[in-house]
Amino acid sequence: MSALPLLDDEPPLLVVDGLTVAYGTRVGCRDVSFELWPGEVLGIVGESGSGKTSLLNALSAKIEPTAGRIHYRLRDGTMADLFGLSEAARRQLLRTDWGVVHQNPRDGLRLTVSAGANVGERLMAIGARHYGEIRGAALDWLGKVEIDRDRIDDRPSSFSGGMQQRLQIARNLVTNPRLVFMDEPTGGLDVSVQARLLDLIRGLVADLGLSAIIVTHDLAVARLLAHRLMVMRGGEVVESGLTDQVLDDPQHPYTQLLVSSILQV
Amino acid sequence: MAPVLDIRGLAKSFTLHNQGGVTLPVLAAVDLTVGAGECVALHGRSGTGKSTLLRTLYGNYRVQSGELWVRHGATRIDLAQARPRQIIELRRSTIGYVSQFLRVIPRVAALDIVAEPMRARGVAVEAARARAAALLTRLNVPERLWHLAPATFSGGEQQRINIARGFAVAYPILLLDEPTASLDGDNRAAVIGLIDEVLARGTAIVGIFHDGEVRDRVASRLYDMTEAKAAA
Repeated sequence: MSALPLLDDEPPLLVVDGLTVAYGTRVGCRDVSFELWPGEVLGIVGESGSGKTSLLNALSAKIEPTAGRIHYRLRDGTMADLFGLSEAARRQLLRTDWGVVHQNPRDGLRLTVSAGANVGERLMAIGARHYGEIRGAALDWLGKVEIDRDRIDDRPSSFSGGMQQRLQIARNLVTNPRLVFMDEPTGGLDVSVQARLLDLIRGLVADLGLSAIIVTHDLAVARLLAHRLMVMRGGEVVESGLTDQVLDDPQHPYTQLLVSSILQV
Repeated sequence: MAPVLDIRGLAKSFTLHNQGGVTLPVLAAVDLTVGAGECVALHGRSGTGKSTLLRTLYGNYRVQSGELWVRHGATRIDLAQARPRQIIELRRSTIGYVSQFLRVIPRVAALDIVAEPMRARGVAVEAARARAAALLTRLNVPERLWHLAPATFSGGEQQRINIARGFAVAYPILLLDEPTASLDGDNRAAVIGLIDEVLARGTAIVGIFHDGEVRDRVASRLYDMTEAKAAA
């Protein structure tokens, strides 16, 4: 009896093949290939300068890769070459089907307009016009990310770092994206604030069946959120696999070093 | 009937690249088949690789060589070759694992930790919580603890939450790593009761039981780890 493949009936959401990002002669990331399935959370771990952010920027269409291809499955089921799409089509994708959560919430929010407008703006970008409905959706999302509803008219500049990060998440998820990119989503926050945010992200990803690619240097965050990990060093993926396998039975010398360097509490 | 678990020539060693490239052989030539309703106790002193074998059976450690066939519904799959997505699916529906220590997640209440494997299989929140509550009651975890995150619970309380979680779903294969290590008499009896029930239902168990009384009571046979270790 031979092994029958499991789950192979479902096509991947994202297929990345030989992706390289170079800045002149300096390499951001080199020859990265992977597939991401619906509902899957992929963690990209590694230290500063390992190429994590270059990779994320290319994946989220922020920069054009030097070589390689990214294919994304559109809602109609067709597989589109990301950089073969028009600039307008890519922008539309970013506004609707994708979310990008930046490490610094100030990069993902507009600080001069209210919290409600920050959330509502993404809806208006995809055509929502009814004020009451937009405000209702904004209130609903503030609740989901545990921000008091009576803060809806306040500007995010008056929010704490943790609240700003939660607002950024609400702003991204209000359009029901299928794929969310997160760059160090808990970076720069106090540990207790991190725990709350992690719990929130974990719940939302599971409840909404989101696919996500999360860049982090924090292996505990990766363990909590990611199904699979890619370990990067010097722009290359040195090891990848099931999250707990990579962390509990690391094979590559660099992964072993990373895992063994964590301080026990 | 085909075995539920069929291990052939399994070997596992660890290479420590940052400690002079030392290689620690742990398992070699493990051959073991387990059928439905059987409980195999891994037998051997500490350091003979019992926990390593359990972790390998759960896909937590990579198989180095050999085959590790798991019956999964009407098909079967070799864990040694399985891709991450397949292992996740096996864990969701086929293989349960009760580790020695509970991995606590900040802010997640005991009741939800136990309900989580049921939720992952699509059971509605209320039904999953009701079953979780029944299991916690049976394992004598006081109700006042159910809605708290277990970070501050005692070792025995954490272990019972871990056990409740492992028994929440009717897995065809259950891996138990010292499930009664820090439990008193009453709670040990409750765990034995749970084990009896799932065995009667046809679950295959591979376990480590240091407690001789529990082992004699639940094990259908012993698998001697000393040979697997000697060959390594």
